[in-house]
Amino acid sequence: MEGAELAGKILSTWLTLVLCLILLPSVFGVSLGISEVYMKILVKTLEWATIRIEKGVPKESGLKNSASVGIIQRDESPMEKGLSGLRGRDFELSDVFYFSKKGLEAIVEDEVTQRFSSEELVSWNLLTRTNINFQYISLRLTTVWVLGVIVRYCVLLPLRVTLAFIGISLLVIGTTLVGQLPDSSLKNWLSELVHLTCCRICVRALSGTIHYHNKQYRPQKGGICVANHTSPIDVLILTTDGCYAMVGQVHGGLMGIIQRAMVKACPHVWFERSEMKDRHLVTKRLKEHIADKKKLPILIFPEGTCINNTSVMMFKKGSFEIGGTIHPVAIKYNPQFGDAFWNSSKYNMVSYLLRMMTSWAIVCDVWYMPPMTREEGEDAVQFANRVKSAIAVQGGLTELPWDGGLKRAKVKDTFKEEQQKNYSKMIVGNGSL
Amino acid sequence: MGSRGSHAARIPDGDSIRRETGFSQASLLRLYHRFRALDRNKKGYLSRMDLQQIGALAVNPLGCGVGNLRVDFPGFVRVLAHFRPVDDEDPGMRDPKEPEPLNSRMNKLRFAFQLYDLDRDGKISRHEMLQVLRLMVGVQVTEEQLESIADRTVQEADEDGDGAVSFLEFAKSLEKMDIEQKMSIRILK
Repeated sequence: MEGAELAGKILSTWLTLVLCLILLPSVFGVSLGISEVYMKILVKTLEWATIRIEKGVPKESGLKNSASVGIIQRDESPMEKGLSGLRGRDFELSDVFYFSKKGLEAIVEDEVTQRFSSEELVSWNLLTRTNINFQYISLRLTTVWVLGVIVRYCVLLPLRVTLAFIGISLLVIGTTLVGQLPDSSLKNWLSELVHLTCCRICVRALSGTIHYHNKQYRPQKGGICVANHTSPIDVLILTTDGCYAMVGQVHGGLMGIIQRAMVKACPHVWFERSEMKDRHLVTKRLKEHIADKKKLPILIFPEGTCINNTSVMMFKKGSFEIGGTIHPVAIKYNPQFGDAFWNSSKYNMVSYLLRMMTSWAIVCDVWYMPPMTREEGEDAVQFANRVKSAIAVQGGLTELPWDGGLKRAKVKDTFKEEQQKNYSKMIVGNGSL
Repeated sequence: MGSRGSHAARIPDGDSIRRETGFSQASLLRLYHRFRALDRNKKGYLSRMDLQQIGALAVNPLGCGVGNLRVDFPGFVRVLAHFRPVDDEDPGMRDPKEPEPLNSRMNKLRFAFQLYDLDRDGKISRHEMLQVLRLMVGVQVTEEQLESIADRTVQEADEDGDGAVSFLEFAKSLEKMDIEQKMSIRILK
């Protein structure tokens, strides 16, 4: 049957192309420059689209420029200034104005909840999903958009899915094979090779363009690497440039298979769900891991949850109590080409991956930073904050003292008691009773 | 998706809300987006749970007093309208037959009065004063200290000697205060 033969021929040509152009170079870590050309074309197209939109939109509707500005004008004066009224510091009926105003300001706009939804773009990047405020401009723009949809869904998506499939299977098979070997430097070298190759294939499966800065500070063996967390892809991005030992919970399903295979080839630290609750056990195992200088550096995300890459939230102190050298890494995605943030309450893993694979590309910058250690007289919380500030400054992100766990949980009462204490000191501590 | 174009017709009762509260179309739209973002399960109203997720609200001492009920979007905007900065228009131009705008001085005072007057009987009794004070200071202040603060405050404001503060007495005690500045939230363009 001619149809089947033709299809078979196309498929084999396709696979050979993929093999030569993508898989082989991944093994050697070489790039053929195809992605660079793609990115150049993409950038030019998006610039053209932006100019068209700006020309097309009338000047009065300044809505789209409001994406990066706050909703309300905030008055950040401390409680003392905000409360001072006619008389000195005693309680007065007007004190309630301050608290109600602050409360309503928080309802209208607070720093935290906006971090759990995707960053708004300043100008449209021709993806349907980011089209919130943008209106119909011109036929040409719509044609380009339709073309974009076709390219993304019919050309890029199959390619990427194929690559991802190949990448993951290679990883599982490769690590299982390497795991059969006895412990030796050959095994380590082979396992590194397998890990790196498969990660490079997977990154290409997302059309990832990553810039690494300051490679001289790449995390060394026996250290702990900490980074800000935006999505599960962070792991891929970091492992493309070096091998890490990962820490995490044992999952079921596909993730579980991958985890079990990986741990055969090189010692990752996987915990059972029940073990995660026991903090001393976790700390002990991690300490043992880094004490062995031959083992790979541990990769930890101290925020504990995915944040939308505009800010860095509180670092949990657990990772900083282990001791050892901390190698901070800052990761910043460029939202223009594809939004990498995983909003786990909105999308599950599969739909998230599909969204990733139908974006234009994933572009990000990775900055390695000089190692830090805990200083004398500094406790784990202060150390964690110090590292957090360094990462925020390097990545150009804002810093928030709030806990990323607020995505799901309530604020602890201790914070409210702080505010109440401050207020009480004011109205009682002034001896006019 | 396919949300092409944004206009007040997308907001249910958008025009009537705009007239009642005086917000501009752009401001109303931003508040609507915020309302939708807070309303996590798309119920159409904000429950106590939705508001509790806001960190900065949960640490506000008055935070538990806010939102015991379900708040739908018109209600949400109406409350915020009280905090709209007073327009700089010439007061003589306003049509005296129209109802007073929500952000007038009197209405702002009424809003604040209701934060104290928990049973809505038109008077702030000593007991209500104590309750609100207790909310604001938590466990940091003893009962005696709190009682003396409450007594003093009620006595100073109370003019007709009935042991409670009516709305007029409340307004009178705050007549020198710049309410407009203290109770204003300006929405950026």
